[in-house]
Amino acid sequence: MAVLTMPRRRPGATRVPPLVLAFVLVPLLVEAAWVFWPALQGFYLAFTSWDGLAAPRSVGFGNFTTMVHDPVFRTALGNTVLWLLLFGGLSAALGLGAALLLQQERRGIGFYRAALFLPVVFSLVATALVWQGMYQPDGLINQVLRAVGLGGWQHAWLADQSTAFYAVIVPALWREIGYVMVLYLAGLKGIDPQLYEAARVDGASRWQQFRHVTLPQLSSVNAVVLSVIVIDSLRSFDVVWALTRGGPYHSSELLSTYMYSTAFQSLRLGYGSALAVVIFVLAFGVIATYLVRAFKEAS
Amino acid sequence: MAATQAPTRTVGAPTGTRPPADGNARAVRARRARTAGFHLTAGLLSLLWLLPIALVLVTSTRSFDDIAAHGMGSWPRSFTLANFGQAWNEGGQGHAMVNSLIVTVPTVLLSLLLASMAAFGLSRYDLPLRRTLLLVMLSGNLLPPQILLIPVSKLSEVIGIYDQLDALIGVQVGFGVGFYVFVLHGFMRAIPAEIQEAAVIDGAGPWQIYSRIILPLARPALAALSALSFTWIFNDLLWAITVLRTDSKMPITASLIGLQGQYVSLWNVIAAGSVIAAAPTVAVFLRFQRHFVAGLNLGAVK
Repeated sequence: MAVLTMPRRRPGATRVPPLVLAFVLVPLLVEAAWVFWPALQGFYLAFTSWDGLAAPRSVGFGNFTTMVHDPVFRTALGNTVLWLLLFGGLSAALGLGAALLLQQERRGIGFYRAALFLPVVFSLVATALVWQGMYQPDGLINQVLRAVGLGGWQHAWLADQSTAFYAVIVPALWREIGYVMVLYLAGLKGIDPQLYEAARVDGASRWQQFRHVTLPQLSSVNAVVLSVIVIDSLRSFDVVWALTRGGPYHSSELLSTYMYSTAFQSLRLGYGSALAVVIFVLAFGVIATYLVRAFKEAS
Repeated sequence: MAATQAPTRTVGAPTGTRPPADGNARAVRARRARTAGFHLTAGLLSLLWLLPIALVLVTSTRSFDDIAAHGMGSWPRSFTLANFGQAWNEGGQGHAMVNSLIVTVPTVLLSLLLASMAAFGLSRYDLPLRRTLLLVMLSGNLLPPQILLIPVSKLSEVIGIYDQLDALIGVQVGFGVGFYVFVLHGFMRAIPAEIQEAAVIDGAGPWQIYSRIILPLARPALAALSALSFTWIFNDLLWAITVLRTDSKMPITASLIGLQGQYVSLWNVIAAGSVIAAAPTVAVFLRFQRHFVAGLNLGAVK
């Protein structure tokens, strides 16, 4: 069969006009110059020691053994994992909750959806500054706590080592939940209403309908949300940089902020590249599954 | 519920007109209570979400003396628009806004032009290795940017555009194009082959097919991606501080961080700066809301 059909398809395959070839090659070369080539260099630099002036000096796995004994690296790695779990878990759960609440078409729904979605269009820097004012010692949060008699809970939220990390997560969540909600809203819209009717006829409760109809039907959206969240978590940089620069005493340090300050402020470019490789390894699983799904999609 | 109600209604049809009416009234009341409950929950949630935005808007119009005397969280006792002028002029936001637009508009146009060309070739022609090429391009966009930061800043030094807006445009186009190709490919693939075949019979070359047929048909996807990529590129901080150094060349996000350092604890000026920095993307969102939401869902691999 294959042998028989091949000759019939071949003429079409060989008749790709040169212009079309250029159409594909030019963007590919642009991406190669700005992404693929730099990425290869990034992996190479991870095995060197480099100050950016003299030539990079190969150190084998030296940067990675340094990491093992680097307390800041361990803090940053722990915070990054905690960020993945907290930021990722909460934005998925709350985004789904918001989508379930706002899924029915009824009067006023557009306003509610827009309200939750609005922060998504703010830059993370603007988001950070919006919240920075609220976190100040005389800011809204402390004033509200005082007003409701919880004055003992007041903090200098961003300056306190025990709260800074969580104070940085909240603005990031405020911005991410609306995004996840939109993804889930589209997923919920795609569920056949007959499935719910059938479940109701069978006497399924609201919870059972959610558990046995909604969740299984959302499995493909869940996969998308998972990849979006992991990729966004590992990229989180702006909000931390704008609020705390990873401080105080590295308590809100993420791998992304540590990598940036190591590379561009301490000018330890080799070690910074090695930190970037760690971020890449953390993201790799998700990138691979995303690509496998895309591959199926494209076939 | 429905199964048990149906028989009683048919059996008691002649005399049973009143009980259903009574039940209806109860059902209406229950529905009203549910509606009220919904609006209460959704309303409170929206209020909570909008509160930080309202607060920053109010703060941006208060005078420094008012904030100093009564605190950030107090009710406003003053109204002034001078903070916006201060952020715009002395704070450098005006200049930074121009930089942001000089970078964002060409980047959006160039990325979508390149991406639509590649997506056209990959989706409408039987190129060898087309699927592999598509995924290679997409994978570039999924890389964590951190792995690229140091090499990209060195690369822009080597080709002599470090600390120039061109470098920022270059890296933003290169990094974003893979994702746009992927989305546009999915969209263009769905255009029926007959349309293209008819054009070929009429003697149209690839350029005519691309510019007269496929591009106009891909308008919805292009609109969605334009709205989305505008906000992404406009809101970027990391690439900007990687390839730029001089303050006067920084886009609005980086300039906002500069403002934060320059006007420490002058919260009214910082708030005004945040409002200025957020205004363009909010405008794009409000104007193209539908495209925007469609774009986010286009990006999700279904």
